[in-house]
Amino acid sequence: MAVLMQQELDNLKKMLLALSAEVEGRVKQAVQALLTGDRKLAETVKGGDAQIDNLEIELEEECLKVLALHQPVATDLRFIVSILKINNDLERVADFAVNIAERAVDLSGAIRIECPYDVARMAELVEKMLKMALDSLVEKDTDLARETIRLDDDVDDMHKANFAKVKEAIRNDPTYLDGLIVYLSISRYLERMGDLATNIAEDVVYQVDGEIIRHGGIQTYSPK
Amino acid sequence: MSAFKIDNPVIEVENLRFYYGDSRAIHGVDIAFPEKQVTALIGPSGCGKSTLLRCFNRMNDLIDISRVEGKVLLDGENIYDKSTDIIELRRQVGMVFQKSNPFPKSIYENVIYGLRIAGEKDKKLFEERVETSLKGAALWDEVKDRLHESALGLSGGQMQRLCIARAIAVNPKVILMDEPCSALDPKSTARVEELIGELRENFTIIIVTHNMQQAARVSDNTAFLFEGNLIEYGLTDQLFVKPQNKQTEDYITGRFG
Repeated sequence: MAVLMQQELDNLKKMLLALSAEVEGRVKQAVQALLTGDRKLAETVKGGDAQIDNLEIELEEECLKVLALHQPVATDLRFIVSILKINNDLERVADFAVNIAERAVDLSGAIRIECPYDVARMAELVEKMLKMALDSLVEKDTDLARETIRLDDDVDDMHKANFAKVKEAIRNDPTYLDGLIVYLSISRYLERMGDLATNIAEDVVYQVDGEIIRHGGIQTYSPK
Repeated sequence: MSAFKIDNPVIEVENLRFYYGDSRAIHGVDIAFPEKQVTALIGPSGCGKSTLLRCFNRMNDLIDISRVEGKVLLDGENIYDKSTDIIELRRQVGMVFQKSNPFPKSIYENVIYGLRIAGEKDKKLFEERVETSLKGAALWDEVKDRLHESALGLSGGQMQRLCIARAIAVNPKVILMDEPCSALDPKSTARVEELIGELRENFTIIIVTHNMQQAARVSDNTAFLFEGNLIEYGLTDQLFVKPQNKQTEDYITGRFG
């Protein structure tokens, strides 16, 4: 029984790693398309989303199958629950990669608008977070997961600063309003990707330690 | 073992050691069982869970070579005191076994058996107790028209519920259940599990089960025993999601035992 279930769990892990490698690749391509104005690459990212969606569905079905047939408990149960959630998060990350690719197409017109903030730096940080979160998953490394979570503050700060910079750029010269708004959206997508990397890292902590650290754990609240 | 606080213990076990001849089967167990809750005892075969359960109504006294040291307090009184009335003890602490064991008598006689041997003769009380006990055991509707037929004509699941009716007819405080569903099909098992949930309103239940999912479904608390020691004791939902002890984790995830 344990051997059979272990095989299933190994299989789930393999599927999740395949999905995460795909998603990481999409994010890289989307960012590259944005930075280089490569329309073709952007279209590739957009066109590949169905594949990610399929992988997500297949992995979810496998998880449900193992839950139903093996009725796992304790560490095995937490493993599957975290895979289900990370699966979801990865699919959302891929959606944001598509969003960035779409905006890359929008921006690749005849007139090249300067980004009012350092988009490459932000993308680099978000990609790093994503990589750290996935490494922490593979290595069951909660220290690395917690480090990933801390980096999210930096990404949030960047997004706030970017918002101010875009606003100022519009105020200075509203001619390229549309393009500047697109850059604001991109900052937002990257910031959300950072949030999802954080979620993944939080689920790694849950999987390994059984501790739910999301929202700082259960809060005491008083209804108004 | 992590400390697990019990507010209203009905049974408190203090440093219980149990011997079969020279070999010790239980090594100094301390555990308390809260009132009107279901507590499951789990562990691999031979871990001492059934032996421990049978200490709570001195069922082990029937084994000549057995010996008990330590205390088992029922409402604060040590049941191993010389002054203990064993018949009265077993009235207060009833038992349901793995294999249903109805007497070769009518359904009616089975239910009131305990009352009869306690010297009760009131026919009206019998009638009333048969109905409430069978209803309590979720069997009334199925047998109310054939109360005076032999209990041996019932199905396995019905027989087990009859044994539960017989156990609750004498109004015990505690019901001990030793693998009560292991000989039942899934439907009868579901029926008995549902019944355990209802019985919890009025009785304290301690159940030994090999079926981990069953322990998870029916119990409020779970105790894991291994090689005669209590390894972990806690709320069932916590023990099955996040056990504190590595041995518990390995056992419930099927990695040993």
